[in-house]
Amino acid sequence: MKFIDEYRDAGLGKKLAEHISHISKHPARLMEFCGGHTVSIMRNGLRQLLPPHIEMLSGPGCPVCVTANSDIDRMIALAQLPDVIITTFGDMIKVPGSYSNLSQARAEGADIRIVYSSQDAIKIAGENKGKSVIFIGIGFETTAPTIAATLLQAKQKNVKNFYVHCLLKLCPPVIKAVLDLGEVKLNGIIGPGHVSTITGTAPYEFIPRDYRIGFVISGFESLDILQTVSMLIEQIEKDEPAVDIAYSRGVRPEGNPMALQLMDKVFDKESADWRGIGIVPASGLKLAPEFADFDAMSAFEVKVEPVKETKGCICGEIIRGIATPHQCPLFRKVCTPENPIGPCMVSSEGSCSAYYMYGDDNG
Amino acid sequence: MCLAVPVKVIAVDGTEADVDIGGVERRVSIMLTPEVKVGDYVLLHTGYAINVIDEQRAKETLELFEEIARLDEIH
Repeated sequence: MKFIDEYRDAGLGKKLAEHISHISKHPARLMEFCGGHTVSIMRNGLRQLLPPHIEMLSGPGCPVCVTANSDIDRMIALAQLPDVIITTFGDMIKVPGSYSNLSQARAEGADIRIVYSSQDAIKIAGENKGKSVIFIGIGFETTAPTIAATLLQAKQKNVKNFYVHCLLKLCPPVIKAVLDLGEVKLNGIIGPGHVSTITGTAPYEFIPRDYRIGFVISGFESLDILQTVSMLIEQIEKDEPAVDIAYSRGVRPEGNPMALQLMDKVFDKESADWRGIGIVPASGLKLAPEFADFDAMSAFEVKVEPVKETKGCICGEIIRGIATPHQCPLFRKVCTPENPIGPCMVSSEGSCSAYYMYGDDNG
Repeated sequence: MCLAVPVKVIAVDGTEADVDIGGVERRVSIMLTPEVKVGDYVLLHTGYAINVIDEQRAKETLELFEEIARLDEIH
């Protein structure tokens, strides 16, 4: 397929890895922020191609993994209301909350439907006028404008039975939060590709300026990631951290202005609760007052039991980059993709799932 | 979650477009990419085209890979 296979050439990949070994003199610790990158790095065995003094850590860039238990509990409570249809991306369906998950709620009779797009949820609303259709809005900046566009259409078409349970989150504030925790000393960050397609480079300028850490935005194929590592290593060796784009076919410096404008119109920023990290100011999106009629948070009252965290699960530490799945006592033993205990094993792009599927090292 | 795939636009109709996803045709929204033209490749995410792929840049990136590979052979 065009714009995919060309960026997977194994021969060129080997050459790029040799180039990295050639230019890299100092130890370097890099974090790939995005779960999609974690999967590509594991699946393509990229760590094994790199010299051992280049360390790769996984970050908090998996929207399912960072959704707090309290928010999942609320989703399940919404699903149990009468005359409600929950629509959600498939990733969310098995994620355990404090006591249950959406899949279990469905088995117990709740009407929960997996959709590919928020537009599908509007269609379902049109076909089920007597019911309230709630879309679970999870995702980062990549997904936020698509949900904004859907909400705009819902408003224009005056759809009365469509709601969004908005749990959208923003990447730059959480990158800052992870850096401020100071638990991991990073030399470079592999920046999220499709988040940056929307945001452009401006929101990341603080990273080299305030933290002296380079930030290179990467595509998702093996050559894209190797090229990104090569650019970061060059910055590290010259001690010139900067924001740069290795994924120029998919990311423009200004991002997608139309998408940003739409997000601005439909959402306001608010603080958000991130699993493993806690409350991060201005890192979440809520519906702007003009769209309040579609807000499931205010339209439905639900009672939720006090939040309970799963014993032994270290997803929080894994999300912050201070532990790897191999350090979790549950990993592979009781926590598997068939019986996931924590969200990092549920989502296909969670670190635990990627390590389970592709990992054969101890790293 | 932030997965987006490159697909080719085969027809444009207002705020929607038909795209070819590996031989399968699908209608998608181009509300976020109103500049899209027939023949363009777009990044498709949850039913929305979120960006038009810059073909010139795509070519330059591949050329850069080749150049790095060649340079290192000289070392």
